[in-house]
Amino acid sequence: MIIDIKNLNFIYNPNTPFESRALDNVNISIEKGEFIGLIGHTGSGKSTLVQHLNGLIKPTSGEIIIDGTNITDKDVKLKSIRQKVGLVFQYPEYQLFEESVYKDIAFGPSNLGLDESEVHIRVKDAMEVVGLDFESLKDRSPFELSGGQKRRVAIAGVIAMKPKVLVLDEPTAGLDPHGRDEILNEIHELFKKEGITIILVSHSMEDVAKLVDRILVMHQGKIVMDDKTREIFKRADELERIGLGIPQITKFMREFKTLGKDVREDILTVQEAKEELLRYFKEKRR
Amino acid sequence: MIKDITIGQYFPGDTFIHRLDPRIKIIIVALFIASLFFIDNFYPYILVVGFIYGAVQLSKVPLKFILKGLKPLMFIIMITFVINIFMTKGEVLFEIGPLAVTKEGLRQAVFMALRLIFLITGTSLLTLTTSPIALTDGIEKLLSPFKKVGLPAHELAMMMTIALRFIPTLLEETDKIMKAQMARGADFESGNILRRAKNLVPLLVPLFINAFRRADELATAMEARCYRGGDSRTRLNELMLKRSDIVTLGAMILFFGLIISTRYI
Repeated sequence: MIIDIKNLNFIYNPNTPFESRALDNVNISIEKGEFIGLIGHTGSGKSTLVQHLNGLIKPTSGEIIIDGTNITDKDVKLKSIRQKVGLVFQYPEYQLFEESVYKDIAFGPSNLGLDESEVHIRVKDAMEVVGLDFESLKDRSPFELSGGQKRRVAIAGVIAMKPKVLVLDEPTAGLDPHGRDEILNEIHELFKKEGITIILVSHSMEDVAKLVDRILVMHQGKIVMDDKTREIFKRADELERIGLGIPQITKFMREFKTLGKDVREDILTVQEAKEELLRYFKEKRR
Repeated sequence: MIKDITIGQYFPGDTFIHRLDPRIKIIIVALFIASLFFIDNFYPYILVVGFIYGAVQLSKVPLKFILKGLKPLMFIIMITFVINIFMTKGEVLFEIGPLAVTKEGLRQAVFMALRLIFLITGTSLLTLTTSPIALTDGIEKLLSPFKKVGLPAHELAMMMTIALRFIPTLLEETDKIMKAQMARGADFESGNILRRAKNLVPLLVPLFINAFRRADELATAMEARCYRGGDSRTRLNELMLKRSDIVTLGAMILFFGLIISTRYI
């Protein structure tokens, strides 16, 4: 088990009028090599939970065990946790600060105390993963790149630290459909090639349905559902009650079924829907 | 961490102090500051402590919350304390190497440190109990007589409103960028002063870039809504003095008059 969270609670601004309970008795265990989707309404506690994973926030109570170490211990080395768990924040391009793309991506690995040649290899590899051309871009200023490219530089900065767990908080927010697909594909490639554990925080049910194996649903600081992707999207009514939805194509197939057509309703992607519909029409013709 | 800074923060509530007219509160704080500088011995401090304590109790702001606001300024208070204790001439109590601690120095150091602490707690009570909007409305109204001599009262108030409005935003953003860089292994908490200053670069560069970008966007958004400055602008909530405001002001003038007069008796 790479992540094991037990009875985690967190309260913002305790003992002031701004007090609010952000996490309410959260229990999660995640195996190595899982691709997890974390969904929930704005303010459901997703970001707070994610920041606990690499020790940026200390829990009010509860335990977080990452790869065998309890990170809530006092004498635990935060640097080693931050190397194990890479966290890409929302709109990560707003954290770029260096004069060149190379230096910005090298910031993380250098902080880990790696020597120059290792840093060089890692920067090159990370840029390749996110689809940035090393030779033509390494000396450019990150501020003169396009929005999508900036986003990639920022993601590469975390990938270059070679984390065992990569957490991405809405990595595609504010990108055009093309840029969104590209980044998601790159993340999926990384998952397949390196076998790392990935947690994807997202508002887009389509993205989640396409990529992840298992979904955690958060509502008012609690984990209310935790199951395989297909099983989660079967519970459309429950999801809608807490302000979430299901992928458009899943919704379509469900409605199609209510018309009395004998099709599966646990369809997640357009591709699956196409195959199912072809099967249905073929059988019907016979 | 960064959220510990309570200066300029508003602590919502509906108490007598919260409801007091912002102009009255500003005048009272001005009187408070002035009288602090007139005090030349310890006894009037009892009145000052009483005043602060009473105001805090009335405002229902937890005392702990106000004391927390002192934390970031502890450094300045300590420096004042240390300089005063060693730099005042007089009857020597004891010596540490070449530095002599005098009786007068000790007295002066405690006196100055207390003055700073009162100054901070008293003034922070103003911002804690007055919403930024009310505060700048109050300042604008108080400054408006000076418009005749060319003081841009409205513009000053608008600048202050914007500045205050963006304090929480900037704090939040600082927190976010700090966390993002810490997630990349940045260290903001250890090393000597030089090292720490250098470590702040990954925080300050994005912060400045974002602030400029935001300023630009805000200016455009204001212009898009036809903002033209103060002339002939009317307001939704006009400030009106209540009877209780005037009575409070009168009482406070007497109170601080008493404190100031202690210097001359």
